[in-house]
Amino acid sequence: MNIPRNEILALGAGLAGAAVLALLPLVTEGFWLSIGVNIMLYAVMCTAWALFSGPTHLVSLASAAFFGVGTYAVAIFIDVLPFPVLILIAIAAGTVLALLVGLATLRLSGVYFVIFTLGLAELIGQIVTWVQTNFGGAIGLYVFTDFTETHLYWMLLALTVVVFITGWLVNRSRLGLALRIIGNDEAVARHVGVNTARARIILFAISGSFIAVAGAIMAPRYSYITPDAAFNPMTSFMVVIMPMLGGTRRLWGPLVGVVPFTLIMDFISSNFPNQTAVIVGIAFLAIVYVLPDGVTGWLETMFHRRRSTENGPLAKTAEEVK
Amino acid sequence: MQILLTGLLLGGTYTLIALGLTLQYGVARIMNLANGETLVAACFVTFWLYTGLGINPLLGLLVIGPGAFVVNWLIYAWLMQPLVKRAKNRGMLEVDSILATFGLLFLFQGLMLLVFGGDYFNYEFLAQPFTIMGNSFGLNRVVAFVAAAVIAVALYVFLYRTDRGTAVRAVAVDPRAARLVAIDVRKTAAFAFALGGAITACAGTLLSTFYTFNTSMGVVFTMKALIIVIMGGVGDIRGAVLAALVLGMTETAVASLLDPGLTLAANYALFILVLLFRPQGIFGKRPA
Repeated sequence: MNIPRNEILALGAGLAGAAVLALLPLVTEGFWLSIGVNIMLYAVMCTAWALFSGPTHLVSLASAAFFGVGTYAVAIFIDVLPFPVLILIAIAAGTVLALLVGLATLRLSGVYFVIFTLGLAELIGQIVTWVQTNFGGAIGLYVFTDFTETHLYWMLLALTVVVFITGWLVNRSRLGLALRIIGNDEAVARHVGVNTARARIILFAISGSFIAVAGAIMAPRYSYITPDAAFNPMTSFMVVIMPMLGGTRRLWGPLVGVVPFTLIMDFISSNFPNQTAVIVGIAFLAIVYVLPDGVTGWLETMFHRRRSTENGPLAKTAEEVK
Repeated sequence: MQILLTGLLLGGTYTLIALGLTLQYGVARIMNLANGETLVAACFVTFWLYTGLGINPLLGLLVIGPGAFVVNWLIYAWLMQPLVKRAKNRGMLEVDSILATFGLLFLFQGLMLLVFGGDYFNYEFLAQPFTIMGNSFGLNRVVAFVAAAVIAVALYVFLYRTDRGTAVRAVAVDPRAARLVAIDVRKTAAFAFALGGAITACAGTLLSTFYTFNTSMGVVFTMKALIIVIMGGVGDIRGAVLAALVLGMTETAVASLLDPGLTLAANYALFILVLLFRPQGIFGKRPA
């Protein structure tokens, strides 16, 4: 495999960064560790979300559904199966859900996909409630494990590394190339022989199963799991707003949004618990209007503009010719 | 029979919700995910007018309809117009409007949660039995259906019998060609968006007379409206009416024969059937 030098450097830097971050639980406990867990959680979910929604421009509002499915995979089987097996079940459940949604909608125009994902978390939540009230007895399920915040943090950090490596591999593969063509012009993609529906469905399954695993890992933190908590629509909302802030053109773009936003959200939800939805709604609108390409997209545009004015109009035409 | 008629009565209100959304999406090209929040807001305003000031919900329509028209006009002018100007093509506008209205959804929901809290609300209005063909129904449901039918017919007459309405339909078919025959596309789109919001709000007022509502149910109603619009075919009024009645009856049948907790599942089942067999809508033609 022929890997460019700067990508090897980025890979090395990323792994070194992850190794340093893994030391966090040894330095601190309590507040900063729980913030760390939140940051890692959203880093996984937002990067996985952007893996699909970035290149395809199809806004998935189904993150809460995947998260909840993963959480319930753990909640249902925690007493009978070991945790690693539960992670596999979460992957399988996320993939199956993504395939169902994908097969129903991704062969058609993108609008159907967005609509379908809008109510999906609510739908699964209602079905779970229905099953539990009619067959299960109680509404909630207990999850008791020996996991501490430190374990959750390490697992989510490892998952973040896996998401990044997967994203990097996808970008280098034929699948990634196909998706970039689809995102730019679907008609062109079809004409050069890309199976557009298949490419989208595969990527949606990858993205969805990662979010399901994140949900599975978080299940021990809640200890008592109800449909309302597991399928909270706020999850879908957060997973859209953070990558939007960071930008989705680069693999690490969402991360730029995740870190500050998680810190701000913690501040807001502890100081203004009742106004959280209002504040986040306004922040969301501000991002859509002011930073449509996110912080990284904006920086890139500024950088390019500056370089092209420095080199004068000739450089610009040369670039266009190229 | 009881189920069919109950479903039909419910379908009347659903028709209005869907007509509101189809005006916003079909004409103004704005996929409004906050549509359900307009509906819920209207429910609360009606509740407040009736229990606080003693204003009859049917008279309340005269306040809420125009009020929602103005509010939605402002939303379009301030929030949607910049997106329309920024968008290079229809796909981009679709993505931007989905994101913006998704933000609005949470903003409105948060505002209503602040004011009204998360409890369920309802009030008693015309809660008397009314007999149709040997079955008795709540009079409020019957009145809501009749009012919905009147509004729907008025909208139909407006769209198909007046110049302004013809202009709205022309923009729905092709905004560029509409400009060639001297239609102010921007104004017409704003008008259609505002009218759609007003009709959705009227649906909310009627719904509140017989339905228990709370601040977080907006998404479910947006879902229903979207499913009806897709089922009927975007911009197709006859299709939307038929689809709304089908959805109302299916929902009632599932709720009374199986379980009321499965109505959303019934909606999704219909949606999947439509996507599999007629993604172009009931009366739509297959694209060549």
